[in-house]
Amino acid sequence: MTVRRKSATLHLSVLAALVALFFILPPYHSGNLSRIMVLAIYAMGFNILFGYTGLLSLGHAMFFAAGMYGFGLSINLGGAPLPVAFLIGMASATALAAVTGFLALRTTGVAFMIVTLMFAQTAYLVVLYFGSYTRGDEGFVIQSAERMIFGIDLTTEGARYVTALLLFSACFLALARVIGSPFGRTLVAIRENEERARMLGYDTGVHKLKAMILSGLISGIAGAAYAMLFGYVGATFATVQYSIFPLLWVLLGGAGTTIGPLLGVFFMFYLIDFSSSVTTAYMLVAGVVLVLLTMFAPQGLMGEMRKRVFPWLP
Amino acid sequence: MAAINILETKGLTKVYGGVTANSDVDFTLPTGKITALIGPNGAGKSTFVGMVSGRTEATRGQVIFAGRDISALPAHKRIQLGIAYTFQITSIFPRLTVHENVAIAARRLFGKKPAILASKITAALGKVDIADRADQIAGDLSYGHKRLLEIAMGLVQEPRVFILDEPTQGLAESEVAGFIALIKSLAGETTILLIEHNMTVVMGAADWITVLDQGMVLANGTPEEISENTAVQAAYLGKTDA
Repeated sequence: MTVRRKSATLHLSVLAALVALFFILPPYHSGNLSRIMVLAIYAMGFNILFGYTGLLSLGHAMFFAAGMYGFGLSINLGGAPLPVAFLIGMASATALAAVTGFLALRTTGVAFMIVTLMFAQTAYLVVLYFGSYTRGDEGFVIQSAERMIFGIDLTTEGARYVTALLLFSACFLALARVIGSPFGRTLVAIRENEERARMLGYDTGVHKLKAMILSGLISGIAGAAYAMLFGYVGATFATVQYSIFPLLWVLLGGAGTTIGPLLGVFFMFYLIDFSSSVTTAYMLVAGVVLVLLTMFAPQGLMGEMRKRVFPWLP
Repeated sequence: MAAINILETKGLTKVYGGVTANSDVDFTLPTGKITALIGPNGAGKSTFVGMVSGRTEATRGQVIFAGRDISALPAHKRIQLGIAYTFQITSIFPRLTVHENVAIAARRLFGKKPAILASKITAALGKVDIADRADQIAGDLSYGHKRLLEIAMGLVQEPRVFILDEPTQGLAESEVAGFIALIKSLAGETTILLIEHNMTVVMGAADWITVLDQGMVLANGTPEEISENTAVQAAYLGKTDA
């Protein structure tokens, strides 16, 4: 099989497994899986920039939150229909990513991390400042009656799972395609050796900005989807913690792999789920496992797989 | 008809702080020939080609490529016009395969035509004789093979001017002979600007030589003329009474 064939098979198998799991799993776990898929979209958005382009942003929560608030506020304040609100969420995140990228990409390395972190802090403070609209830390609920699309009630377990799966699949397949395209390969070249890529005639600045915008858009889709499926919008999602989460997920699952983000979120979600059922010190368990993983599998789960078994992994 | 000189510089100058690395370099690169740029350490050779390729910003002066003033263009635009550049210190994508390294270089031109892309990559790898290593991770190659890979990455872009910054540095004697043959085989297809320390390579490959010393052009000429030039000998041997 060619590499292209193999990766197509892999991606479709992952999606088939997610479909099958819905029928196999008890409701508690399929509910978890809906959440995992939405968060995996966020992780995939982050992975475009971090895993493939080699840019570490510590401010991605602002894009997640932009999608979330763009969606939530246009429903609660603007009375927009759900699909329109979703598009507004996507547009908000994209616009924010374009502006942030334009300014932050003048820096690299640690400076880029700090600048993105500062932008995200500003976004968080903006959410709090306009508390009369956003309801600040407390957040707001999107009424069940609003969460209907084409007569389908998104608050039911089945509809939620299917919607999460459809959105996940769309992002997953689209990103797999982008990664295999000349554009995606150029992002990898920039990650590996930016100066060389530039001296091969690539406009690395434009490529990085496009990667940032794509990354912000995908993160925004995740934010809007989260609000749509779980009905809550709050400032917690704009905090630093939510900028660090995708980094952990992607590191765990394997940065620069297409299925790493999903695995990372899955692993982390169930690690916390399981350890908190055993002990109240569950964050300690999570921390120890993270330390062990970074010591023994520094390239993440899929990164190790690529290194040891499947060198063709996209 | 092709111009006599594909590339020219006029008054090209670079000042770092108070140090003048190049001052008023007027240089011409004859089309289709192999030109060597030589000079003692610190003569400003790398700074000069940096300014030509756009890696280094010039303090003042002009770079004219194929009749067009490209002084204001950023590096990637100059490369898109047909100037390829290999680094003095090997610069490849060490964690990717040899094939992918060349593919990255080729995609900018042939990315939309997969069949042509594949054949161009194969041809470039064949030209430098590393086709059998296409699936290896580039970082695992020997030093000599890495240099050849860099040349393949340059060649696959089918450049009009190919700048090689000290390509034989660190190569074994036996590899150098092969390298001279390779460079000579490229003449005619492209114009080569060779920055080189190794006099065997310079005398064996170059049609034309420009000598830089202390940031200025000291002499121009054929290899025979240069080897007989007393000022050049003085610059290399450090005599002041020549």
